[in-house]
Amino acid sequence: MSAGVDETDEVREAVEPDGRARSRHRWRTVAFVLAPLVLFALLLATGLGRDPRELPSELIGQPAPTFSVPRLDAGGTIDLGDLHGQVVVVNFWASWCVPCREEHDALAAAWDRYRERGVVVLGVSFEDTREAALEFRDELKGDWPLADDPGSRTAIAYGVFGVPETFVIAPDGTIAAKTTGAVTYEWLTDEIEGALRAGNVE
Amino acid sequence: MPALVGTLSLALALALAVYGATAAIVGARTGRPRVVESARTAAYSLFALVVVANLAMLAALLGNDFSLRYVASNSSRATPTFFKMLALWSADEGSLLLWNLVLGGYLAAVAFRFRRRRPETFPWALAVMFAISAFYLVLVLGPTTPFATLATTPLDGRGPLPLLQNHPLMAAHPPFLYLGFIGFTVPFAFAIAALITGRVSDAWMRITRRWTITAWIFLTIGLVLGALWSYSVLGWGGYWAWDPVENVALLPWLMGTAFLHSVMVQERRGMLKVWNLSLIVGTFALTVLGTFLTRGSILASVHAFAESIVGPLYLAFLTLVLLGGFGMIAWRRESLRAEATFDTPLSRESVFLGNNVLLLVLTFTVLVGTIYPLLAEAVTGGKVSVGSPFFNRNTAPVALLLLFLMGIGPLLPWRAASPSAVLRRLQVPMWAAAVTAALLALTGAGVVAVIVFGLAAFVAAATVAEMVRGVQAQRRARGISVGAAIGAAVARNHRLYGGLVVHLGMIVAVVGVSWAALADRSSEVTIARSEIVHAEGYDLRYDGLTTREEPQRRVLVAELTVLDPETGDEVVRLKPSLNLYPSASEPIGTPSIRTGTPFNGMVDLYASLVTVENDTRASFRFFVNPGIGLLWLGGAVMAFGGIVAAWPTRPRAASPRGPEPMAERREEVTV
Repeated sequence: MSAGVDETDEVREAVEPDGRARSRHRWRTVAFVLAPLVLFALLLATGLGRDPRELPSELIGQPAPTFSVPRLDAGGTIDLGDLHGQVVVVNFWASWCVPCREEHDALAAAWDRYRERGVVVLGVSFEDTREAALEFRDELKGDWPLADDPGSRTAIAYGVFGVPETFVIAPDGTIAAKTTGAVTYEWLTDEIEGALRAGNVE
Repeated sequence: MPALVGTLSLALALALAVYGATAAIVGARTGRPRVVESARTAAYSLFALVVVANLAMLAALLGNDFSLRYVASNSSRATPTFFKMLALWSADEGSLLLWNLVLGGYLAAVAFRFRRRRPETFPWALAVMFAISAFYLVLVLGPTTPFATLATTPLDGRGPLPLLQNHPLMAAHPPFLYLGFIGFTVPFAFAIAALITGRVSDAWMRITRRWTITAWIFLTIGLVLGALWSYSVLGWGGYWAWDPVENVALLPWLMGTAFLHSVMVQERRGMLKVWNLSLIVGTFALTVLGTFLTRGSILASVHAFAESIVGPLYLAFLTLVLLGGFGMIAWRRESLRAEATFDTPLSRESVFLGNNVLLLVLTFTVLVGTIYPLLAEAVTGGKVSVGSPFFNRNTAPVALLLLFLMGIGPLLPWRAASPSAVLRRLQVPMWAAAVTAALLALTGAGVVAVIVFGLAAFVAAATVAEMVRGVQAQRRARGISVGAAIGAAVARNHRLYGGLVVHLGMIVAVVGVSWAALADRSSEVTIARSEIVHAEGYDLRYDGLTTREEPQRRVLVAELTVLDPETGDEVVRLKPSLNLYPSASEPIGTPSIRTGTPFNGMVDLYASLVTVENDTRASFRFFVNPGIGLLWLGGAVMAFGGIVAAWPTRPRAASPRGPEPMAERREEVTV
C-alpha cells in the first residue's frame, strides 16, 4: 500500500515540482491515519453514558419478599403483610455508610410529605450494631420507623448489594422501583406518586 | 488540616506543571539553557509537592480523620494500621494520588538523569511529561476530589472494601502496576519530542532503552503479583479471569514487549522506524485506554471504581494522544524512511518482525474481546459479556507460535543466515523436543500436552545452548573457569544474556500455565464433622470450626485434613476461612493453599470454604492445581533477567551498522 502511494507521489512531484503536491500528499497521509482513530474514539464515547452496574433488577414487578422485622426505635415488630394496600418505601442503610447521610434529608422530606397519604418509609438496618444505628438516628433526627434485620435475611431476600439501596413497594405488594446509592427527593416523589396512582387505578 | 495541605500542594503542583511545560518549550525554542534549568527544578518541586499531598492523605488515614470523605468511605477505626495505609490506593481518588506520585517521580527522575548530559530532545520530552502530569493533576483537583470533606464528621468510617483488606499483596500489586504503566510515559515523551523537533534518528530509542526495560520489568512484576493476588485471595482456584481490568493491564505489556524487540531492528539495521514510533505511541495510548475503561466506569469489573465526569476527560486525553502521536508520525513519514530492507526470511530481523506481528495479533485479540461488549451495546443495545473461552481459544495458538519464534530468534544472525549453519544450531533443541515429546507420548499424555511441552523443551534447549556457547567462547578465549567465564560473558553483553534469562523465565511460566490448564481438577464437597470424603484422588476429613474475633472482622476457620487414600497418612492440614466484615453482606473467603514444590510434584492443594452449618457440616471447594508454582517462579526469573538486561554499564563505542559475518554474531544483542 505505501509503495503505491509513494509512486504516485513521485510521479506528481515530477509533474509539478513545487512543494504544494508534497504538502497535499502529507495531509492526505495524516488524514488517512487519523480517520480510523477518530472512529475508534467515537466508539469508546458511546460507552460514556453507560452505567455497567445498572442492570435491570429482576425484582421489579415481582411480589415483594415478605418480612417481619423487630423495630429498632421502638418495641414490637413490623410485618410487611400488615402494610398491604399501602405504598412502602424500604430503605436499607447503615450508620457507617456515608451516602446514607446524604440521602437522610430526602427520606425525611418524603416521609413528611406522604405520611398523611398512608405511605410508610421503613429504614432497615444493614450489618450494623443496634447502638450505632440509634446513635445515627439521634444525631440526624427523623421519626420514620427503623428496623433491625437479624442475619441480614431481609437484605438477602431483596438482593441488596451494598447500602444504601431503596425499594418502593406498590399497594398491591409488588416492587415498583429500586435504586442503589443515595436516593434523591425527586426520585422518591416520582416513584411514590407513580405507585399511589397505580394503587388508585385498581 | 490534611484537606487544606493536600489540596494546596496539588494546586501548586499543577501550577508548576504548567510552568515547567512552558519553560521547557521556551527554553528549547530560544536556546536558553537557564530557562530549561528552571523547568528541571520545577520537576523536583512538583514531585516534592505530590509527595506532600500523599503524606497528607496518609496522615488523615492513620489519624482517623473522618471529616475527609475518602477516609470515611475507605477506612475505619477498627481497620488495622497496615490496611489503613493501603487504603491510600484502594479506591479511585486515592489511587489517582498514587498515580500522580509515580508520574511525578518519573518526571523528577528524568530531570535528574539528564542533569548534565542533555540530549537535544530533552526539553521537549520534559515538556511532554509536564503536560501529562498537568492532566492527571487536573483530575485530582476537580473531577475527582480525594480531599473532599463531609459537612458532618461521622463517628466511624466504613472501612476498605473487604476484598481489598484481606491480603497483604494489595500492598505490592498496585504500586508495581503503576510503576510499569506510567514508566512508558518516558519513552513516549522522548518519541514525541523526536517527532516535534524532527530529529527522528535513533537517539530517542537509545536514550530511553533502559527506561523502557525498567517499565516493562515493573509491569511484568505487577501482572504476576495481580495473578498471585487473584489466586490467593479470591478462592476460585484460578489466577487470571480475563477480567477487563486484567486485560487492559496486559495490553501495554504485549505491545511494550513487541517494542522492546523491534527497537533492536532499528538500532541494528535502521529499519522499522515508523513501526517503532507507532508501537511506543500505541503502548502509551493503551495505558491511557486502560485507565479510561476502568476509571471512566465504561466496563463492569471487580475493580469497580466510581462513576463521574472523568470518563469524558480521559477520552479527550486518549484522543489527543492517538491523534497527536499518530498524526505526527504520518506528518514525519518522509524522514522516517528505512535505511535497509529485509534480505531474507531467515534472519534475526525477520523473526523479530514475526514476533511483532504475533504480539500485535495478541494485543488486538485481547482488545477486541475487552471492548466487544461496548461495541455490541453501541450497535444492538444489548448487554453481552465475553468470557474466558474466547480469550483462551484465540490467544493460545498465537502464544505457542510466539514461543517457537522465541526459540529460533536468538539462533539466527542478522541480515541472512546460511541454512546449514542454522540446521547445525537446531540439532540440540530438536533432539530435546523429540525426546520430551516421545517420553510424554509414551506416558499417555494428550496431543496438546505433547505439542506444548515438546515446544517448550525445544525453546529451553535452544536458549540454554545459546548461553552455553557464549560462556564456552569466553572460556576458550581466555582460559578461565566456568564461573569466571559466565561473569565475563554477561559483563560483555548483559543485554543478550538478560534477554535469554527473560526467555527462560517465560518458558517456565508457559510450562506452568499449560500444565495447570491441562491437568487441574476440582470438586465441591460437603463433609460432616470428622467424616472422610474421597475427592480428586485424596481423602478429605473435616475437623471442625474455630471462630476468631478480630477488631475489624470475624474469622471462621475450618480445618480440612488431606489424607493419602492408600496409606492413610496426613498429607497436609488446610485451614480455609470465611471472613465476616461489618460492611459486607456476604462473607469473604480466604483459601488455604499447600504450595507445590519439586518434592511434591509441583502440585498445589487448594481449598476454599463455601458454607458452614454450625459446627457439624461444611462445604468446600477443593482444587488440585499442578504447575501453578512455576508461573510465579517464571515471573521472578523474568524480572531478574530484565534487571540483568537493564543493568547500567559504562558506555561502549556503538557498533557501526554494516555487513556482519556469521562468526561475529555471537556478540549480538537481545532484548
